[in-house]
Amino acid sequence: MRSSLTRLSLISLAAAVFAGGMAGCTAQGTGNDSPTNYAIWDPYPQFDAGSAWVALLQKCGKDAGVTVTRTGYDTTDLTNKVLLAAQQAVAPDVLIVDNPVISTLAEAGVLTATSETKIDTAAVEQNLLDAGQIGGKTYGVPIGANTLALYYNKKVLAAAGVDIATVKDWASLNAALAKVKAAGKKGITFSAIGTEEGSFQFLPWFWGSGANLTQLDSPAAVSALSLWTDWLKQGYAPNSVIQNTQTTSWQEFATGEYAFAENGTWQLANAKKTGFEYGIIPVPAINGGTAPAPTGGEFVSVPVQKDTARYSVSQKLVSCIASSENSLATTTTLSYIAPTKQVQAKQVTANPELKVWVDAVAAAKGRTGDNLGTKYPKISQQLWTAVQAALSGSQPPQAALAAAQKAAAAATK
Amino acid sequence: MNVQSRVKSQWAAWGFLAPIAVYLVAFYAYPLYRNVDLSLREYTVRSFVMGDAPFIGAENYRAVLADPTFVPALTHTLAFTALSLLFQFTVGLALALFFNQHFRLSHTLRALFLVPWLLPLIVSASTWSWMLNSESGIVNTALGIVGVGQVNWLTSPEWSLVSVTIANIWIGIPFNLVVLYSGLQTIPDHIHEAAALDGAGGWQHFWHVTLPLLRPVSAITLLLGLVYTLKVFDIIWIMTRGGPVDSSTTLAIWSYRLGFGNPLPQFGPGAAVGNLLIIMALFFGLIYIRVQRRQQA
Repeated sequence: MRSSLTRLSLISLAAAVFAGGMAGCTAQGTGNDSPTNYAIWDPYPQFDAGSAWVALLQKCGKDAGVTVTRTGYDTTDLTNKVLLAAQQAVAPDVLIVDNPVISTLAEAGVLTATSETKIDTAAVEQNLLDAGQIGGKTYGVPIGANTLALYYNKKVLAAAGVDIATVKDWASLNAALAKVKAAGKKGITFSAIGTEEGSFQFLPWFWGSGANLTQLDSPAAVSALSLWTDWLKQGYAPNSVIQNTQTTSWQEFATGEYAFAENGTWQLANAKKTGFEYGIIPVPAINGGTAPAPTGGEFVSVPVQKDTARYSVSQKLVSCIASSENSLATTTTLSYIAPTKQVQAKQVTANPELKVWVDAVAAAKGRTGDNLGTKYPKISQQLWTAVQAALSGSQPPQAALAAAQKAAAAATK
Repeated sequence: MNVQSRVKSQWAAWGFLAPIAVYLVAFYAYPLYRNVDLSLREYTVRSFVMGDAPFIGAENYRAVLADPTFVPALTHTLAFTALSLLFQFTVGLALALFFNQHFRLSHTLRALFLVPWLLPLIVSASTWSWMLNSESGIVNTALGIVGVGQVNWLTSPEWSLVSVTIANIWIGIPFNLVVLYSGLQTIPDHIHEAAALDGAGGWQHFWHVTLPLLRPVSAITLLLGLVYTLKVFDIIWIMTRGGPVDSSTTLAIWSYRLGFGNPLPQFGPGAAVGNLLIIMALFFGLIYIRVQRRQQA
């Protein structure tokens, strides 16, 4: 009994311990060893084989004279999947990936520059292309863009006696929120979760205050974080924003109890389903005007291959997906704003509701721009930590941002 | 047995061992070796892909130990594990004793208690997260009815660790209940009868008969519980992401955040934290086995 029990303990201990270790890494082959089969990875698992998106990819393959094997990954998984695949030299031929990841992958040497693959980026708006440019080279072309703006509930605002035309800067927004609260409704919901999503949502206010990511504790930055913190203190925003993702924040707005919600282009289809009248305004800057919101959306890029002869077909695939002729179809499929002025105009003609989003995208800024590149993720982590610290009350905004700046400076040295 | 046949049977023995040996090496030893190797090199995304990360010895460990997150993560891990084990075990034992009475419906009720175990963790953790929501959660609504103000279960630094611990205790009770219940079944009835004849009261019976006889099973339950709890990740990640700030960050959460939670992964320090966790589990496990051996000697 005794020895068998001990042995059992040891075995169970060993098994549990090993299972707890970080699992080893393997990558599947992509089948890109065949000369006529090209692999495309994208972060749109919501589209299945029968979707218009996949049909477009198949058609692009057919036009280029090859077959296309498409795999959709969850966007948070894709970066690691690509890094592992590149390590095993089985990276896909064409990769569609979230824009702030481009600089990380370029730094890793995973992506080719457009100068090498002869991909034309001339028509693309510069503020959208920024996120894909590091050290004078361009590592992909935006497939489309989205960004953040403020959705508002017309009924709630009317009941509170707020005229949306008066909401032009932070002071007037605060005044509107006060009226909404006095009318017994809830003010504004957003996402301040401790991940990249939290930074993404905070950036319009951060940049709208005039602050810069290279100086997280500037007085302007403190004013932006104080704005959010005061909303929670005053009861204008719910405490749940600290753990809200953009999806759960949208669910709060969809209850019809909230006057405002900060959310993205991709919620337009859901907005129509809420059953109440809504409107959209750009996020206001501190003293009026449109605050620069961060650009969202993916880049189409060509990962490095051993066999460089494959690039010519990959280039055709990329052009097909992102070309002006197909851009309208692609961006409509993905409900994005097109990256070129020309196609944006077509979109607004087809759907005038998109005008506010086209303007917001025009004012938007790449997160990895300002030549931050791979420094951005490190700065962003400190930024969302500071936001969490201030909103949860563990530190006042000034102290939280000072700590963030110190940590960011150390991490990006 | 002559020498030849002995050699033959030895080869046969190795042949039988080979599949399990290959399995252990491929799925346990090699990943573990890779994890140790990861933690001893300076990985950037570039060197991860190129495979030329320089060897830096214990530098990652030094950085991790000096990190301001280390002490909170360690204390949270210890508090989370100790409280989880304490409550899971005592509640599990109480329920096991209760169901050991074999009353009517005891089977049905016992089956109901297994529900937390059967649910996928993502379901139970998301449900807890909804229930504990500051604004619209049922817990705050219920507290509101009896006049208690809003408690920010998941979004205040004071409560977040408590909340994830409560959820973890709830999830761990069925495991303790099942194992301890089957342990109780192995205690022969005549011992209970003898104790009753000798005039042992309820508490005396429990402390001097049931608990000592249950010791081997309790040891296994606590040991497995310890190792499982040290590495709990999903519940905390889904409920709080380890936040706000670091207030519910354990070593397992921190390891994941370093390796995968940021667009710019830090594989080296992430692996180092993971290895520290493994060492902790081994350390506690060995102490436990030693104590147990001494008790039985």
